[in-house]
Amino acid sequence: MNKEILLGDEAVALGAIHAGLTAAYSYPGTPASEIMEYLVKVSQESHGFIASWSVNEKVAYEEALGVSFAGRRALVSMKHVGLNVAADPFMSSSLTGANGGFVVAVADDPSMHSSQNEQDSRFFAQFAQIFCFEPSDHQEAYDMTRQAFDLSEDMNIPVMIRLVTRLSHSRSSVSPGEPRRPNDLHFGARQCWTLLPANARTRFRRILDLQAELIQFSNASTFNRLELNPKNTRLGIIASGIAYNYVLENLHGAKEKPSILKISTYPIPEDLVKTLVGSVETILVAEEGYPLIERSLKGLFGIAGKNLVGKLSGHLPLSGELSPEVVRTAVDLKPLPQRQLGDFKPAGRPPQLCQGCPHADTFNALKKALEGHERSNVFSDIGCYTLGYYPPYNAVNTCVCMGASVGMARGGAEAGIHPSIAVIGDSTFGHSGITALLGAAAFNTNMVLIILDNCTVAMTGGQPSFASGERLLKIIEGVGVPKEHIRVIEPLPKYLEKNAQVIKEEIAHPGISVIVAVRECLEEARKKRKR
Amino acid sequence: MKPQRKQDIILAGVGGQGILSIATVIDNAALREGLFIKQAEVHGMAQRGGAVQSHLRLSKDRIWSDLIPRGEADMILSVEPLEALRYLDYLRPEGVVVTSSTPFINIPDYPDREGLLARLQSIRGSIIVDSEKLAKDAGSSRTQNTVMLGAASRHLILREENLLEYIRVLFAPRGELILEANLKAFELGRRAAGF
Ligand SMILES: Cc1ncc(C[n+]2csc(CCOP(=O)(O)OP(=O)(O)O)c2C)c(N)n1
Ligand code: SF4
Repeated sequence: MNKEILLGDEAVALGAIHAGLTAAYSYPGTPASEIMEYLVKVSQESHGFIASWSVNEKVAYEEALGVSFAGRRALVSMKHVGLNVAADPFMSSSLTGANGGFVVAVADDPSMHSSQNEQDSRFFAQFAQIFCFEPSDHQEAYDMTRQAFDLSEDMNIPVMIRLVTRLSHSRSSVSPGEPRRPNDLHFGARQCWTLLPANARTRFRRILDLQAELIQFSNASTFNRLELNPKNTRLGIIASGIAYNYVLENLHGAKEKPSILKISTYPIPEDLVKTLVGSVETILVAEEGYPLIERSLKGLFGIAGKNLVGKLSGHLPLSGELSPEVVRTAVDLKPLPQRQLGDFKPAGRPPQLCQGCPHADTFNALKKALEGHERSNVFSDIGCYTLGYYPPYNAVNTCVCMGASVGMARGGAEAGIHPSIAVIGDSTFGHSGITALLGAAAFNTNMVLIILDNCTVAMTGGQPSFASGERLLKIIEGVGVPKEHIRVIEPLPKYLEKNAQVIKEEIAHPGISVIVAVRECLEEARKKRKR
Repeated sequence: MKPQRKQDIILAGVGGQGILSIATVIDNAALREGLFIKQAEVHGMAQRGGAVQSHLRLSKDRIWSDLIPRGEADMILSVEPLEALRYLDYLRPEGVVVTSSTPFINIPDYPDREGLLARLQSIRGSIIVDSEKLAKDAGSSRTQNTVMLGAASRHLILREENLLEYIRVLFAPRGELILEANLKAFELGRRAAGF
């Protein structure tokens, strides 16, 4: 079979296509974006399935759920925090179950390379009591995605694929299998999909009753592997996902290998764990993310007569991603000799706004307009413009989650902040700023919302933005912002004074105002020229 | 060519300098030669002018970790001199540093250029190439990454003809002029490194 070099994300996407995908939906977010980028690219070449960016993750989840209801196979993909946004349909979909195969691919970002927090989506899978695969390499990412669709249809449940940055954004070769045809249309049963209390109780009972079967499936899965070394009763290692790679990196050549259990599916394969724990004195748990396996083993009181080590014991770090080095120390090997930098500390090189970025001009005008205001605050949001936090701008003081700036500016204004300014990108506004603006407009809150319309989702690599251009202006008017307080500016250095003046006028207005700063992202313009 | 068919390379640069193009060429050449590859790369926030690196692992045997362990890299290949130093602790004691001498200055506290070059020269076996000048000579200032690939080529466990083939595959779709510039850049880099 032909080998292809793929990103971990792309291996998931290809697995889904070959599993007989009908439609996939996603909202961009590092490190998951490349799943949909790949699907969009392939769908444009082959037209066999739909691959579409959505307005946000909740909507993407529901769009995919509709496909599953219709009996066809659906993939929804997102970054870890996207699942917070989609948590509502996610939790209830464990009750509706799946009709056509339904797979949720979630990419976690331990170390927060491009994220506002780090969280472990395996807990979400556990929370919803659904099945979860955690691949450790690219071939597994492909194979598990295919199997996830089968399992989803066999058991009528949503199935999660949990990725992490280092797999999502690593390339390696994959041998794909034979593609299969999509399903035909067949409707879901209305008593399963209408979660009125009477139906929902039955459906909840069903997912509870399925747990034993899911654990059995995990015990039997060939993706989990127990290699017992009866000669070494001292140490056993439980390693999941890519942590398994770090363990093997350090130990594959060792003379006296410990027993190793690789865990790649959840619920935890209890029988395999029991066998390992029964065979050794010390158990080291290595997992990327939060200590889910370790905490389950530890319970409240630990395992009598055994020494359990890992993140909770301090043998591995609780925050940040694992590395071959930290696992090396945890398995008691000396660090490799390395070149030393001596006293030289290379100056840091943090990301920054591009030279000439439109956001910079908006920030300059905003700072000018706010001169002399002692009780002002700029609430911001997530996107390239969050980099306005850094010098020389020092322009924004908050960034919490997508859309938070609008609601926070209202709260801030009502708590006495004046001027209370919110700064949000066009895509983030479409994602979850609209509903907050509806509220602020309904109460005519004394605040100024600045929407930075650079016509794209720049931070994540230039995906399409839906709340941009004319449609954006109509949305703002449509949620009830008075027309005379919807202002459009063009953020360019030559308009600095003029733009600052517009902002000042709207600050002076004692009610809701929205200023839209329209200028295309430079990266986006550059890409268009290339095309 | 080294008898041992295994090589770990840290590619370094600043977001936008094209280190992933170098990686693509090496990956495909390695696959052609029947090697296993793993290549961890940086996407997202850091690509906005921040420090970026890619871990590239080639081996005739199965590769476990996507990340190169500190102390195991055979080569640091950098398109920027400060970035070459940032990952020095990944290098094994007998590893080589192949780096551009052209600074990319987008931070206020960028170190003194002479001191930086002196530090790089003091690294045993380092190869320092003026990628900016050579790229211009090749016909496009955007080929600095390919200059550096050329400069590193003799130290790679891959055959030059395979590297050149994938330079063609990568750049041919972008037009004859760009392809020619990159082939020339590779050649100039290789010669500047003393081969
Ligand atoms: C819930 C959630 N989904 C996705 C992301 C990833 N993400 C970060 S910023 C951003 C959008 C940025 O687009 P926009 O608001 O238009 O600003 P720009 O970067 O274009 O300036 C996205 C999708 C996230 N942080 N949280
Ligand atoms: S990518 Fe676009 S929006 Fe982001 S910093 Fe650069 S110019 Fe600004």
